[in-house]
Amino acid sequence: MIELGIRTVGLRMAFGDLVAVAALDLEVRRGEIFGLLGPNGSGKTTTIRMLTGLLEPTSGSAMVAGIDVIKSPERVRQRIGYMSQRFGFYEDLTIHENIRFYGGVYGLIGKERRDRIEEQLATYRLGDRARQLAGTLSGGWKQRLALACATVHRPALVFLDEPTAGVDPASRLLFWELIRQHARDGMTVVVTTHYMDEAERCERLAFLSRGHLIGIGTPTEITARFGLPTVEAVFIELQRRDEAEPNGRPQ
Amino acid sequence: MTWSARVARWPIWAMLWKEFVQMRRDRFTLAMMIGIPMIQIALFGYAIQTEVRHLPMVVLDESNSAQGRALVTSLVTTGNFDLIARVADRDEMRRMIESGKASAAVIIPPDFARDLKRGREATAQIVIDAADPLSSSAAIAAGSQVGARQTRALIARASGGQIGSIDVRVRPWYNPGLRSSVYIVPGIIGVLLSMTMVIVASVAVVRERERGTLEQLIVTPINKTSLILGKMVPFLLVGYVQMTVILLVGKLLFDVPIAGSVPQLYLGAFPFVVASLGVGLLVSTAVRNQAQAMQLGFLYLLPNILLSGFMFPRAAMPEAAQWIGAALPLTYFLTVLRGILLKGVELASLGVELAALSGFAVVLVALSVLRFQKRIDG
Repeated sequence: MIELGIRTVGLRMAFGDLVAVAALDLEVRRGEIFGLLGPNGSGKTTTIRMLTGLLEPTSGSAMVAGIDVIKSPERVRQRIGYMSQRFGFYEDLTIHENIRFYGGVYGLIGKERRDRIEEQLATYRLGDRARQLAGTLSGGWKQRLALACATVHRPALVFLDEPTAGVDPASRLLFWELIRQHARDGMTVVVTTHYMDEAERCERLAFLSRGHLIGIGTPTEITARFGLPTVEAVFIELQRRDEAEPNGRPQ
Repeated sequence: MTWSARVARWPIWAMLWKEFVQMRRDRFTLAMMIGIPMIQIALFGYAIQTEVRHLPMVVLDESNSAQGRALVTSLVTTGNFDLIARVADRDEMRRMIESGKASAAVIIPPDFARDLKRGREATAQIVIDAADPLSSSAAIAAGSQVGARQTRALIARASGGQIGSIDVRVRPWYNPGLRSSVYIVPGIIGVLLSMTMVIVASVAVVRERERGTLEQLIVTPINKTSLILGKMVPFLLVGYVQMTVILLVGKLLFDVPIAGSVPQLYLGAFPFVVASLGVGLLVSTAVRNQAQAMQLGFLYLLPNILLSGFMFPRAAMPEAAQWIGAALPLTYFLTVLRGILLKGVELASLGVELAALSGFAVVLVALSVLRFQKRIDG
């Protein structure tokens, strides 16, 4: 049996009448780079928020890194990292201070923390500007700092919510290099993105539309299933269907 | 793991460290936190110094005597009154005061000189527009002082025989309650703490939410209590720094009395500062951005200034206003402040106020922790 990073059964989130995520069954393997795709409002961010314990699902269950996220969200948090679209670091702290702070929040102290800071600075190529205020960094540096903060506690699983929005191509390349390295080390990576070249770098993809899972598999499987040449074409097709029937359930 | 090793790994230490680093780096806010109390005390302080001077005064001299004129002259030489006109009758006097041209009127009755000559007590009257309570208290002090001085002068001049005395009676109009200016100064500490604590606490949390760092913190193992305590403790210290600044400046520049024990005052301030921070945290759970937090903060300031007894006596307020006042932590803290600073009261005898303040602190902080949780989950 393949060890699972995430397993959800009938995961559902409704805000009043609005169903953001409907009965999601999802399995993500350990050490896999898993892409979550879908148009805006398809339920990607809501799904990630449920899996990180930020939102309590209306119903259903979710095991994340081997722990029931609904029953014990605090225990899950020790084992997962989360990098949001807005990069959760402090602009008025330096690179070094940000990593130190998040290390401390995860209970790292003393030499252990000092060593970990050095490791993160080296891994994410942040050492040259360790004493620079995070707010003055360029996009690529900010992105790497956000990832360094999100992984300072060596999580088993990391969620990346649109991590490369507004970052130059060279920085995105380096970023994916780092992600692949993490996956090789056994870290499960769940990533949402709008960039199709990034989607094609994922080992497996899940397409969400209006809260429904409408396709899951490797990029090749996905394109085959929809009978379209590229993942991008699938994405555009889904977006078109969404706009065609504003209130309907997707087919 | 031993207990102390466990404590060392608590996320709250990282939180506190971060807050202090940020505070030290935010020079502008830091300067405001120290600068605002300085500006406030200077403004209030100088207002208090100038309030007693040069009240425009009219004279209704019905005795038309040398003694009457001497009394007016000595009133003017105190510097508290400026003679602007002589009036012919009481109607004209009333018009001058009602129109605001004069703030005071001295009435010397027809038998003033005769009474003095006969060795009886001669009575003059000063009418004061006490709508402004600050000016009236100063005028009363000046009036009775002049009365006593003139009497002494009469005694000195008299060579035996019968000696008359002058009784200057001051009639404060419009505000018989008369409140002294020193009442205001200790109150500034309370008002300022209410304002800054509520605003800094709410803005600090809202800023984290706006920037997305709060979301990040919530997915870490840090619990809500650590998060909120980490926010509160640094501002608690800021509150004490502000209090110290006001006390020092008030004492050094304006000679504000400190009759009681300063450590007791600091102790008594603790539940009040915590309660104010609790209000701020509660505000942060109700607003979306920093601008809204500031607006709500200032909105909170208004009833505090008007209804807590800071400027106007609560006893004179309609019942509804008194009830609102009773729901404000500042109302109780003002009693603590004035009791300790002006009357030298022991903290132990302020049990009711301390109990009320502690109640506010516990309820407000607990409420904000509860609400905080909801906001994140909802």
